[in-house]
Amino acid sequence: MSSGEPLLELRGVQKSFGAVHVLQGVDLTVRPGRVTALVGDNGAGKSTLIKGIAGIHPFDEGDYAFEGGAVHVKSPRDSNALGIEVVYQDLALCDNLDVVHNMFLGRELTKNGVVDEDTMEARARETLDGLSVRTLTSVRTHVAALSGGQRQTVAIARAVLWNSRLVILDEPTAALGVAQTEQVLKLVRRLADRGLGVVLISHNLNEVFQVADDIAVLYLGQMVAQVEASTTSRERVVAAITTGKLNEGDAA
Amino acid sequence: MSVATEEIHDTQDARSRATVRGLAKEYLAKLRGGDVGSLPAILGLVALVIAFSALRPETFTKAFNFGNLIQQSAGVTIIAMGMVFVLLLGEIDLSAGYTAGTSAGVMCLLLIEHGWPVALAILACLVTGAVIGTCIGLIVSRLGIPSFVVTLAAFLGLQGVMLTIIGEKGSIDSGEFVAKLNSENLPVWLGWVVAVVLVALYAAATFRANRRRRRHGLNSQPTLLWALKSGFLAVIVGLIVFYLSVERSPNAHIKSIKGVPIALLILVGLTLVLGALLSRTKWGSHVYAVGGNAEAARRAGINVPMIQLTCFMLSSTVAAVGGIMLVSYSGGVNNVTGGTTILLYAVGAAVIGGTSLFGGKGRVVDALIGGTVVAVIANGMGLLNQPDSRKYIVTGLVLLVAASVDAISRRRAAATGRV
Repeated sequence: MSSGEPLLELRGVQKSFGAVHVLQGVDLTVRPGRVTALVGDNGAGKSTLIKGIAGIHPFDEGDYAFEGGAVHVKSPRDSNALGIEVVYQDLALCDNLDVVHNMFLGRELTKNGVVDEDTMEARARETLDGLSVRTLTSVRTHVAALSGGQRQTVAIARAVLWNSRLVILDEPTAALGVAQTEQVLKLVRRLADRGLGVVLISHNLNEVFQVADDIAVLYLGQMVAQVEASTTSRERVVAAITTGKLNEGDAA
Repeated sequence: MSVATEEIHDTQDARSRATVRGLAKEYLAKLRGGDVGSLPAILGLVALVIAFSALRPETFTKAFNFGNLIQQSAGVTIIAMGMVFVLLLGEIDLSAGYTAGTSAGVMCLLLIEHGWPVALAILACLVTGAVIGTCIGLIVSRLGIPSFVVTLAAFLGLQGVMLTIIGEKGSIDSGEFVAKLNSENLPVWLGWVVAVVLVALYAAATFRANRRRRRHGLNSQPTLLWALKSGFLAVIVGLIVFYLSVERSPNAHIKSIKGVPIALLILVGLTLVLGALLSRTKWGSHVYAVGGNAEAARRAGINVPMIQLTCFMLSSTVAAVGGIMLVSYSGGVNNVTGGTTILLYAVGAAVIGGTSLFGGKGRVVDALIGGTVVAVIANGMGLLNQPDSRKYIVTGLVLLVAASVDAISRRRAAATGRV
């Protein structure tokens, strides 16, 4: 592994739901300016892992370090305060609100106790322009009126609006067509190039090898390996996902 | 290239929006997209008024009846305004009627039997409402029991509490001051002053907001639309105040009745305050977010149980205000205060006005418009000497039509992507 101090470091995290032991001592390292792909079969614990990072279902045990310091993340507010943003598979947008209100959801700006619509709208526009998004003509459109790609764009733009340090994307392209997938992947790459840490969950290995710098493989609640994408091959990753073993000495 | 074409598109847009025709076109497109707002309720209101005016020109159109109609409906409409907050979450409060009755009962008891000062008794009334709302809100948000069941239980329980408060006598008087709230009128001059101030404030506030948005380089309302809206508001408010300012007493030499009813002032004031709470504050944004997608709201760090709790609290407190208007109109609290059709009319009023039972969509002013529709039906049918049986059937049909409009516009909205 190369370049810089780790942004996020998890060591031996555990999480159970009742009798089900979903995460059994998982390690994960995310570095700034790099896309770390998180892969694994259904039920491997990918969603639980990111929900733990985000503080939605806090980890039961294990070390959680951010920018070198140990932190306690017990709610979404804690992770937001650190600069961690998650874009969920179902996007978690409110259809009945417009783009601006969705981007500021839960963190609306106020002036004298009143929601500051003008500043919010201007900043939403700025952020979208900064990401070179040209597919949205009006930021006052209700989200219900947007296409899948546009919704994904809104969700990602929301994640970078807050000067975030780490953006986690849960299968951002799963429901998109070819052209829209390409757009979203470019957007993902642009986030990393701006110096953010990016965690990308994906089932599509083409996508993973196209955009990721590091690949982390989860198997039944355990981290099989975290490797650099350039040092491994698709066949080895597939084998790791399905058998839980990486057949070479390049595990980190 | 795409930026350049967008700009051209924008300027064309701006030009077409600067004419009355352009504005009408834009509005029609919005309607076709399923974004009907309270338009069906307003059209229905106009149709009802025309129908009743044609059938009973000698009574329905009288200024006396107009003033009476406002006072008749004030209680239900205010309860409906509170209900909007609960409906926005996709929840319901079946106990709002008896919350109103119980709170008003507490007030009357303290006023008459214990001789409390009016201000304290009214405060106690509001606190009673808030406490009831807190209990319901806590049970719904912490235990996760559906609000339908919790408030159904409260509906039965509070009825008993209210009867206990009233006691053996069967009724408690409301006292002089409270009785005036929903029967007296403002002096004519004061009615005009309030009207002029309101219209001027609206025009100035929207004008300044537009100018500010233009300075920030954001899309703003065309000046023409602003002028049309402000002018329209001025005409409507002027007509209402004018009609309420004529002498409407049948025996003017015994007791003169003219001026804007205090009830109307309370209704408008509540609409403005509650409306601002919903559309201008962070809390209001969170209410819409929870109603639209509770899970998204939770992940965004919004305290969903707290939003639920505060909505139920506010709804019940506003219902208590409605209770004051109810006992003020009937002169006291008795065994049917807040009962019979009050609750159903309140829910109906909110829905007829355009609030969705599925949550996430609705405004406080919807309750005002819907409440007026319900009141006009009740009042007009009464004047037609129709028996209660028919009155109920017609109100039921109107509610059904309103719910259908909601469902159809929702489907249209889903098809064209507007919600």
